[in-house]
Amino acid sequence: MADEERIPTVIAENAHIIYRIHGSVSAAQNSPVSSFRRLVTRTKSAAVREVHAVKGVNFIAYKGEAIGLIGTNGSGKSTLLRAIAGLLPVEAGGAIYAAGQPSLLGVNAALMNDLSGERNVVLGCLAMGMTPAEVKGQVDDIIEFSGINERGDFSSLPMRTYSSGMGARLRFAIAAAKKHDVLLIDEALATGDAKFRKRSEQRVRDLRAEAGTVFLVSHSEQSIRDTCERTIWLESGELRADGPTEDVMKEYETYVKK
Amino acid sequence: MAQTTVVESYTGPSAKELARKYGLGAAGRLPSLLEYTRQLWAYRHFIWEFAGAKVSAALGNTRLGMVWQVLTPLFNAGVYYVIFGVLLNTKGGVHNFIPYLCTGVFIFGYTQSVVQAGIQAISGNLGLIRALHFPRASLPLSITLVEARNMIASIAVLMGIVLLTGEPINLQWLLLVPALLLQTIFNAGFAMLVGRLGSKLHDLRQLIPFIMRVWMYGSAVLYPVTRFTEHLHGWKLNLVLANPMLVYIELMRHALMENVKLAASPTLLWTEAVIWAVVMGIGGYAYFWRGEKGYGRG
Repeated sequence: MADEERIPTVIAENAHIIYRIHGSVSAAQNSPVSSFRRLVTRTKSAAVREVHAVKGVNFIAYKGEAIGLIGTNGSGKSTLLRAIAGLLPVEAGGAIYAAGQPSLLGVNAALMNDLSGERNVVLGCLAMGMTPAEVKGQVDDIIEFSGINERGDFSSLPMRTYSSGMGARLRFAIAAAKKHDVLLIDEALATGDAKFRKRSEQRVRDLRAEAGTVFLVSHSEQSIRDTCERTIWLESGELRADGPTEDVMKEYETYVKK
Repeated sequence: MAQTTVVESYTGPSAKELARKYGLGAAGRLPSLLEYTRQLWAYRHFIWEFAGAKVSAALGNTRLGMVWQVLTPLFNAGVYYVIFGVLLNTKGGVHNFIPYLCTGVFIFGYTQSVVQAGIQAISGNLGLIRALHFPRASLPLSITLVEARNMIASIAVLMGIVLLTGEPINLQWLLLVPALLLQTIFNAGFAMLVGRLGSKLHDLRQLIPFIMRVWMYGSAVLYPVTRFTEHLHGWKLNLVLANPMLVYIELMRHALMENVKLAASPTLLWTEAVIWAVVMGIGGYAYFWRGEKGYGRG
């Protein structure tokens, strides 16, 4: 494929992401006396600590690509996804550009647990910017796709009664119901049974066919191999490798087994 | 080889030029106020649904469900009736003290519950904020809508109390509609203000109960407003009269009750009510909008 025909959807240029964490004090520092001393002497709280999670990452993602993000725990994968979604700011000197509004889909994405699954579908769809008419047409499809009704009428029960797999499946089904220019999936495919994983992989492929770009963070090498042809390997916030999934995976496996 | 792609991407135009060429936006860019308002308008259905969802989630576990929307203000009024009407028999020179008291309690309670819920508008919905992209002002606005719905039930109860205690129905009652509307705008702005403050300053949540209690004593809720107007003069009186809560409470008493002694002339009160609604409504909205991109950080 010639470079001119490829349309970029996400460009990261020298992206640094730093977390500033408040309140990370040890028990000794957190006593009333020491808090008071800090206030009186006006010393800056030692509680603000910086974590440099992503260190100068560069890449360009193109339309129609599915990109896997791999790396050991704490390597900055989820942080990078959040930055692409515009939820975390990139430090000055770098930038991330994206087409449209990328949406982040993670297993932590909490909807309202006291509401029925069906109501959550409506709420989630409206929150993604659908019109009420579009939502009406989609609700049944989404519930059908999530498969939560396979064991009886669960869609009318509150979400707190769902198993963790069912909740994750419903969240995935909601987010995947809309065409996204850029869809960011954080470990979502790892939950759910084999049957659902197969269906969701098919949906990810459909989303790509609808000319979006998909980023997938997963520790399951199989699901990355199955869905992504390109893989980016992050290690301690730095980009270790970026290329065809097979090549990068081979390198990553030798690194992990060391 | 794997690493080559990074190098390859820099043989072409710079990232900025590429982004402009293909119409990519910088992630985390703040939309203009007008653009933001347009987005918010497109999300009106979400705001409505979210408010409904919050009410059902809160009352879904109870047996009586929505009946609580009417029962809560009834109990509230009952408690105040027993304490001030029966036990203390407070009159304070007001000829019909029970509706006078209840109006103050209900109107103040409206703003109070908006503030208490609004301070958690962001911090209580981080999961939703981190998962889905929507104008964040939808959250404090939904909260205001929830309380506005509760307020409608409260107003129905209040009307019953006012009638039962012998106040006549007249055309002046229609004034309660604009008064409530202005207070709702004020509350929406207030919810956005404390929503942003609460997302940064977690300590504020501990302070809110005390702030609201002091504010209640300064708003002539539990005793007649004449205690202020008869004993204070000059700037102190002006300060008390500038209190938005006092203004909204007085306007409601003016609308529902005959022969009630107001803190100031109705014209002055209405002017103040409009100014407060505009200032807080626009100010709170603009302040909230400025922080839009930081809310996901928590």
